[in-house]
Amino acid sequence: MSGEDFAEPAGWERTRSAVVRNALGVGVAVGAYGLSFGALATTSGLSIAQACALSILTFTGGSQFALVGVIGAGGSPAAGVASALLIGVRNAMYGLRLAPLLRVTGARRLLAAQLVLDESTAMAVAQDEDRAARLGFWSTGLAVFVCWNLATLVGAVGATALGDPEALGLDAAVGAAFLALLWPRLTGRGPWITALVAGAVALALTPHFPAGVPVLVAGLVAVTVGMRIPETPR
Amino acid sequence: MSLWIAVLATSLGSYLLKLAGLSVPERLLDSPRVQRIAALLPVALLAALTAVQVWASGQTLALDARVAAFGFAVVALILRAPFLVVVIGAAAVAAAVRALG
Repeated sequence: MSGEDFAEPAGWERTRSAVVRNALGVGVAVGAYGLSFGALATTSGLSIAQACALSILTFTGGSQFALVGVIGAGGSPAAGVASALLIGVRNAMYGLRLAPLLRVTGARRLLAAQLVLDESTAMAVAQDEDRAARLGFWSTGLAVFVCWNLATLVGAVGATALGDPEALGLDAAVGAAFLALLWPRLTGRGPWITALVAGAVALALTPHFPAGVPVLVAGLVAVTVGMRIPETPR
Repeated sequence: MSLWIAVLATSLGSYLLKLAGLSVPERLLDSPRVQRIAALLPVALLAALTAVQVWASGQTLALDARVAAFGFAVVALILRAPFLVVVIGAAAVAAAVRALG
């Protein structure tokens, strides 16, 4: 690598290896979430095959955690699906920002769609030029896909082998996982108030509705409240 | 609805959301209002899910070892601990509280 620094395409070479290196780093980091997802999914009553199918086919962490969280709490699968899809609405927004960068059509678009994620979008939009953005998107998407799915399998098999989830505190880890997913999104007054309203409403409704419903209603109420709060200038 | 149907429905819906973003004309969804709703939805749902996971037990509210685990998670996140430390540490705290209680 160092011997090529003065060659003509060195600028792009350097950008390219930096982008790929970052993509692999993000993939490995996301593996930690995948391990937790696999373990918590089987703890919540999904089979190993169902956990792995979710990671391959759904392939968007927040939604997957939401589905297994609602089911694990005794909610109906339908309420779980609805929560998962509402969390996934943001991926459509990511697609909007990615479309002019990726300029994909046909089969490539169908493939690219599966890789639209928090991580691949962040890596693509952070680049200065279009080809680096495309490389960032594809390399991050693929690295995360491979790591996320391997980690899900390991987590699911591992948790199944470990035994009694309550004695190990695994049920308590679900709340911690949701909080850790929420934490980086609490970036101002609007998100904080939205989060507090959502938590309070969900708990207030819990005794009166079947599990899963309070989460959905609280989510929608909190977004309505959050929309009324002026955005904090950054 | 069986678990497999839920898995497949979530997968299909998630994929269509992703594909829609890449496919629809930009002006259709590109209003500040729609973007804000999309940004707040995960905040609201993840917060509601957190609350229910920590304090609800079926349809009753409960104060048990999970609250100690939640407290650990808050402190760990404030200290910028990595995800796995937060999750495994929270599980360990709950297991310890149960073993002692």
